[in-house]
Amino acid sequence: MTSIYERFRDLIRSEVPVALATLIEGPNIGAKLLVEKTGATLGGLGSEQLDRVVGRDAIAMLDAGTSEVRHYGPNGEARQHDLSAFIECHARRPHMVIFGAVDFTRALASQAKLLGFRVTVCDAREVFATRRRFPMADEVVVDWPNRLLERIGSDLGPRDAVCVLTHDAKFDVPAIVGALPTRVGYLGAMGSRQTHEKRITRLTEEGVTVEELERVRSPIGLDIGGRTPEETAVSIVAEIIAMRTDRNAPSLSKGQGSIH
Amino acid sequence: MDEIFDDIERWRALGQRVAIARVVDIEGSGPRDPGAAMAVNNIGEVAGSVSGGCVEGAVVGEALELLEGRRKAGITSFGYSDDEAFAVGLTCGGTIHLFIEELDW
Repeated sequence: MTSIYERFRDLIRSEVPVALATLIEGPNIGAKLLVEKTGATLGGLGSEQLDRVVGRDAIAMLDAGTSEVRHYGPNGEARQHDLSAFIECHARRPHMVIFGAVDFTRALASQAKLLGFRVTVCDAREVFATRRRFPMADEVVVDWPNRLLERIGSDLGPRDAVCVLTHDAKFDVPAIVGALPTRVGYLGAMGSRQTHEKRITRLTEEGVTVEELERVRSPIGLDIGGRTPEETAVSIVAEIIAMRTDRNAPSLSKGQGSIH
Repeated sequence: MDEIFDDIERWRALGQRVAIARVVDIEGSGPRDPGAAMAVNNIGEVAGSVSGGCVEGAVVGEALELLEGRRKAGITSFGYSDDEAFAVGLTCGGTIHLFIEELDW
């Protein structure tokens, strides 16, 4: 029979979201309940009611991927402090979709991998979107942005990012229009202020509203004066971190003047 | 935790016993978030980390005590405090709470 540890390890290795609750205070210290998103469980904390409550909490925590201590009564009662469970959550990796197979993409894909993202590179031009040029990406897709987003858009969530680096209205307009209806947390588009002004005109023609445009970070990244593809990549991932942690590091999209 | 699986596997294949320390809570500034884990085998070899290097040495001591039966599974805390018991601290001034147990599950 598979032990809790083996099951836990195997699910994490195969990137299936899993939570592990361990009693760390109260009776039965060390008792464990492994919980999957489907509701499947392994092990137990000593009471069926407690398992049910902790299981429900663990599933709710899995989306955010945060791990924390929760307190319960002996049978899972809320607002009691007879026992404490540490609920360790392993969510899926956040996903970054990069549109445009350009030099900046190589640097951004490498930087995003360093931060633990699963990276998809997408470009409609098959001479550019090759595995050879982007060996660090988890996936290289030759397709139009809107078509890729039609397929995967519903899977994108607050921890995920869409970065549009094409510099070409033919590709970046459908990428932004396709990303706006998704729940993606970060949506950034590369280009100077002038490029973005022109892009706004095109997007407005496509029916994008002023509120929707607010979601688009352009010029992309933090205002650190980055120039090279590698420096720009740092400024983009830094903006993604600052957005997640709600820090007011200066974004280029909130300022004026030259971006370099 | 995923970064310590390979070492754990190797140790268990050699018949070694393994203790696991996991960060369960932090107060104030702490270098690693809840879930960060460190494994120690019964000959004192280490995988993973629970801080920026501030308390790992002390955790090895606790883990060996656990594997030798001189302490039970439970919470151990490190941080700045007036209490003399907190001899090992975090340079960042925070407090971390670890749960230390044997990997027998």
